[in-house]
Amino acid sequence: MSTDAILEVRHLSVEFPLRQGIGDLIHRRQPKVVMAVDDVSFSLGPGEVLALAGESGCGKTTAARTLIGLGTATRGEILFKGRRVGGDAADGPAISLKELRQRAQIVFQDPYESLNARATVLDIVAEPLVVHRLAGSAQERLERVRLALEEAGLRPADDYLKRHPHELSGGQRQRAVIASALVLAPELLLADEPVSMLDVSIRAEILNLLNALRRSRGISILFITHDLGIVGHFADRLAVMYLGRIVEIGPTRAVLHDPQHPYTRALLSVVPVPNPRLRRQRVILQGETPNPLDLPAGCRFHPRCPIAVAACRTAEPDLTTVRDAHRVACLLVAPASDADQATHDPAHHEGG
Amino acid sequence: MTEPPLLSVRHLTTEFTLADGQVARALEDVSFDVLPGQTVGLVGESGCGKTTTLLSVMRLLPGNGRISGGSVLFKGTDLLTLSEREMRSHRWTDIAVVFQGAMNALNPVMKIADQIREAILLHDLMDRKAADRRVDDLLELVGIPRARRNQYPHQYSGGMRQRAMIAMALACSPDLLFADEPTTALDVMIQAQVFELFKRIQAEFGLAIVLVTHDLGVVAEMCDVVVVMYGGMVAEVGPADSVYNEPQHPYTQRLLAAFPDPSQSADLPEGGQDLATIPGTPPRLNALPPGCRFEPRCERRIDRCTEASPALVDVAVPGSGARHLAACHLLGEPEAGDA
Repeated sequence: MSTDAILEVRHLSVEFPLRQGIGDLIHRRQPKVVMAVDDVSFSLGPGEVLALAGESGCGKTTAARTLIGLGTATRGEILFKGRRVGGDAADGPAISLKELRQRAQIVFQDPYESLNARATVLDIVAEPLVVHRLAGSAQERLERVRLALEEAGLRPADDYLKRHPHELSGGQRQRAVIASALVLAPELLLADEPVSMLDVSIRAEILNLLNALRRSRGISILFITHDLGIVGHFADRLAVMYLGRIVEIGPTRAVLHDPQHPYTRALLSVVPVPNPRLRRQRVILQGETPNPLDLPAGCRFHPRCPIAVAACRTAEPDLTTVRDAHRVACLLVAPASDADQATHDPAHHEGG
Repeated sequence: MTEPPLLSVRHLTTEFTLADGQVARALEDVSFDVLPGQTVGLVGESGCGKTTTLLSVMRLLPGNGRISGGSVLFKGTDLLTLSEREMRSHRWTDIAVVFQGAMNALNPVMKIADQIREAILLHDLMDRKAADRRVDDLLELVGIPRARRNQYPHQYSGGMRQRAMIAMALACSPDLLFADEPTTALDVMIQAQVFELFKRIQAEFGLAIVLVTHDLGVVAEMCDVVVVMYGGMVAEVGPADSVYNEPQHPYTQRLLAAFPDPSQSADLPEGGQDLATIPGTPPRLNALPPGCRFEPRCERRIDRCTEASPALVDVAVPGSGARHLAACHLLGEPEAGDA
């Protein structure tokens, strides 16, 4: 495993036990469990952008929340710069939740709900400094807030300090959210669908802003999205999740150029292309994602898979390398030959 | 034009009275046609007036809204001159709507099948028995299994609710269907399913669809004609192929450039590439610029742009027979008598 990774996730599983009724308690039934994240592994290097993509309920948000201690891992380990997040004391040095939440920040989807409507922009952006006791004087605090606002593209900062969220447009709100993350100078940013509520032109601005932060500050970004249309502009690597598992992971360009997993292929084929001359043959999967309480045996994608064979109903595929760091979990995808494997960089060896 | 349009919106102007007494002009001089069986995309960013256009045509504006000019011809009848009672006979039977949030548009305490039956019975089209059969047919058409027809909206997934909404919109066999951001809250795969359904019912019943959306990709996949709106006015209108491949209005050009094209994203340089942006923000409708509404954000502005609002001019390739118009001073002046 690479040692310089900001984030190292190994065999992470997150389960949610279902609430039990009184009948279940009386009969001492085992609680039913939803496997939201199942044996997920990946790493994130400094200044790298990894996109975690998939449909609603695939576990991408649960995985991200667990990474910063907003949820508890059932199994597996999470290492932030080599120190574990949560877990047992026996497993090595840990990072405190408070320190983690200073060095890793999260930007949520809806800038209309993630800002306190009664606070000013100054209060909102300064609050992390107050919580972490990072700025001694009010003057120093103001300076750092100004810097963060300017860096997030709210210039001149003084125009925004006294405003309330309702006096900001949707794009400005998301910039304020990003400023309040930047004020702590984080090394890792978890961006959970940060642009899915925004209009086209504002979406482009926010994506460019995140890209600039990665370049200028070397912030690592875990970018959670359902929109495969935007990952090419932004992400170095792409992981596609389905029902709690990573089904394909690799360099973004490799995955987009040559998607191997039938789910990735279907998902890419239905992303609308803004050109009427390119109305393509689409692979429209019928039905919906199965209930995670009742996962299909074998490959969990097989009931909807257009190319499934009999073996897919019984054997659960593991991620195997197809080329370099491009890994796919599908029985029908031929693994790389030994010669290919030999050139494979072990630092990027990932998966479950 | 050989075929008379099913819907012809002409010079439609709509105003809202704000809480402080100010008047905001949400639509000004909006004109476009919808031919029978055609799919037209109304596209633009938040606040550009696309939903207001829909509500004006349906005459469903909220209390502070008022249509102050223009006409809405449906099969030759001006809907704006009808009494509310007469208008009601057109809604749903001639023009139906699929709204954005299906959860808010469905009655939460009524079973899906009952809601659709109610829509049919309300319009007095058939007796109860026939209506029940019709409900079965409709739900069959949109792919809702028989076992789930007597469930409530909260028991449905987002995609199924939208299917139920579509079934309800089709209940009285309309000729025109408005769909206002019908898939915005849905996953891409479910979105693809819903649009596949739209295409199927269009092929089967020949109805025209007006798709209101901010998603340029969806419009490119679905629509024959595109109406690009900005600040309450039509910036550009034309066949989808022309508008996407030869956009004439600077706003259309910038909007298309800001939209990532997934068909090319595999060829982007390592580490990605910045997207084009449009500096500034859309105008506020109670503080519109005096000239062209896009002028404050336009990099190609000339003196005239601050003085007068440009009219739509014909920018179609000569002899193509297409109707492609754009409203920009850079494109010249309209000929006399042009719509």
